[in-house]
Amino acid sequence: MESSRRKFMASAGKFLILASAAVSDGEPSAPTTGTSGYDPAKHWWGMTIDIDKCIGCGNCVRACSRENSVPDGFYRTWVERYEVPAGEDENPHVESPDGAIHGFPPSPNTAAKRFFVPKLCNQCANSPCVQVCPVGATFVSPDGVVLVDESYCLGCRYCVQACPYGCRYIHPRKHTVDKCTLCYHRITQGLTTACCEACPTGARQLADLKNPADPVHEFLRTNKIQVLKPHMATHSKVFYRALDGAVR
Amino acid sequence: MHPGVDGFIYPNEAELQWSILIVLYPFITGLVAGAFILASLERVFNVAAVKPTYRLALLTALAFLLVAPLPLQMHLGHPERSFEMYVTPHVSSAMAMFGFVYLWYLMVVLLLEIWLEYRVEIVQLSNTAAKPWRWVYRMLTLGSQNVSPASRRIDDAVGYTVTVIGIPSAFLLHGYVGFIFGSVKANAWWSTPLMPIVFLFSAMVSGIAAVMLIYMAACRMRRAAIDMRCLDTIARYLFFVFLIDFSLEMLDLIHRIYEADESFRSLDFMVHTRLWASQVVVQILLGTVVPLILLGLNQLFRLREEARRSMYAIAGFCTLVGVFAMRWNVVIGGQLFSKSYLGYTSYKLEFATREGLGASIALMLLPFVILLVLLKLLPPWEEREAPRAATASL
Repeated sequence: MESSRRKFMASAGKFLILASAAVSDGEPSAPTTGTSGYDPAKHWWGMTIDIDKCIGCGNCVRACSRENSVPDGFYRTWVERYEVPAGEDENPHVESPDGAIHGFPPSPNTAAKRFFVPKLCNQCANSPCVQVCPVGATFVSPDGVVLVDESYCLGCRYCVQACPYGCRYIHPRKHTVDKCTLCYHRITQGLTTACCEACPTGARQLADLKNPADPVHEFLRTNKIQVLKPHMATHSKVFYRALDGAVR
Repeated sequence: MHPGVDGFIYPNEAELQWSILIVLYPFITGLVAGAFILASLERVFNVAAVKPTYRLALLTALAFLLVAPLPLQMHLGHPERSFEMYVTPHVSSAMAMFGFVYLWYLMVVLLLEIWLEYRVEIVQLSNTAAKPWRWVYRMLTLGSQNVSPASRRIDDAVGYTVTVIGIPSAFLLHGYVGFIFGSVKANAWWSTPLMPIVFLFSAMVSGIAAVMLIYMAACRMRRAAIDMRCLDTIARYLFFVFLIDFSLEMLDLIHRIYEADESFRSLDFMVHTRLWASQVVVQILLGTVVPLILLGLNQLFRLREEARRSMYAIAGFCTLVGVFAMRWNVVIGGQLFSKSYLGYTSYKLEFATREGLGASIALMLLPFVILLVLLKLLPPWEEREAPRAATASL
């Protein structure tokens, strides 16, 4: 009797330890140094976007769609065209036909200030989507990329609601959430993202904030920089140069 | 351009993420919390007049609580993974706590209180009911046949303690549901610290109205006289809680209008267009002003019994419609405008889909089916011939 009680106590103890470990480790295990020699601890990824250089060609949207097999009608990245009449910052005319996957038709409105704004997941360091995920399927990797473990995602859509930038959607076939991964499969192999590679003007640049030699540091030091919706305090790592106040 | 879209919305925003099923979730949990708080009036605050509805309120709360997780479950993209919320909950997520709050409320509060309240009858029926129901009651005794005065005193003391714990638990349950919405800072329609409080008071309003209507309907079906002292008391509580609820909602509205932040123009446009019918007409006029007038008249004037009954029935029904509309306006309304504040989308309610109207109607009927079974199994009526009648019918 005493022996079986001892066994029970031992089993219960093991269960509690394992269960508490599972609770405290709700997020999927982080990638570590792999055979490619990539060490996530040495990187902190983000992106810079120079509004003045974007020509709205849609190359980035098409490249992203091809690279990541993005389902029709959904967008990991898109481009918006802003037309802001003088003094009308509160009432800009904005459009993004099919996410600008085919670019933009010519605009008859020549009087307004006009510019293009590429959008993608802001890879927030203080990410609302990561905070609200009930099972930790959405997580920040050690190198600062917000990723989704689709084998773990419930499809509850709370993260879609929590994202202030509209960057998430539910994959129509997988029924799990999907978003920009900053081409994680590429950047961990030493490549840049598909959108940056396809950009003909270099408006988009992958940035490694932990690499002292990365041009991002000079870009941030020598330009007036803004992030989208700074009042959301998400610590976005997509840095815009020449971002107009009318942009939402 | 997607059909139903006006202005500019982010390209991934055309489809609404949370459907009518997520409208049902706060509505149903609200009924649970409200019904339980009504029950606690008698037990903790010694409001003897509402005693005829004490057990009915508990059973109503249980019937709705059993259904509460179903809309969430049906809504998930991968319902088979929902257990992960229990096994590896992400502790920073408000939603991850749902399972624990739910289980606490179901297992620790409601089931325990109902069991303690009914223990004597369960023991009696475990010896007198016809088979196979006798076996059911025998299981429900949990092996204890002791109904001595001493054990009853212990039941009462424990039951009282459970109810005392249950009141903050009911507040927690529904305040928590409000927090799920109120803590989404990306959504200006939801993001307010008042949201949990407004949800809580509207929950009390809906739960009290539901128990009042169910009590009236049950009396009619049983051809039993309605205890008007009880009904008047419930209606009085409904009126005062409703006044607080309405004041809180108006406070929220005035605050938004006065502050008029960047989201206000969008929200104002929505209230005057896409939400005009569901918010202004149904929620505010039909669902709030009408019941408040009907209930208020009864506080000012002593009307005839028949008139009071009719007015309470209409007020109760309108209240439930109004609270449902409030849930609709929060959940659906909160997704109709773009986070760019430059455009709007629309919600098309389908019928025969997993998240359609048909499934929603079935989910709303299910608690009533469960309640009918519970009423047969554990008759709540004050007059004690009811258990015998139930035994005969069983």
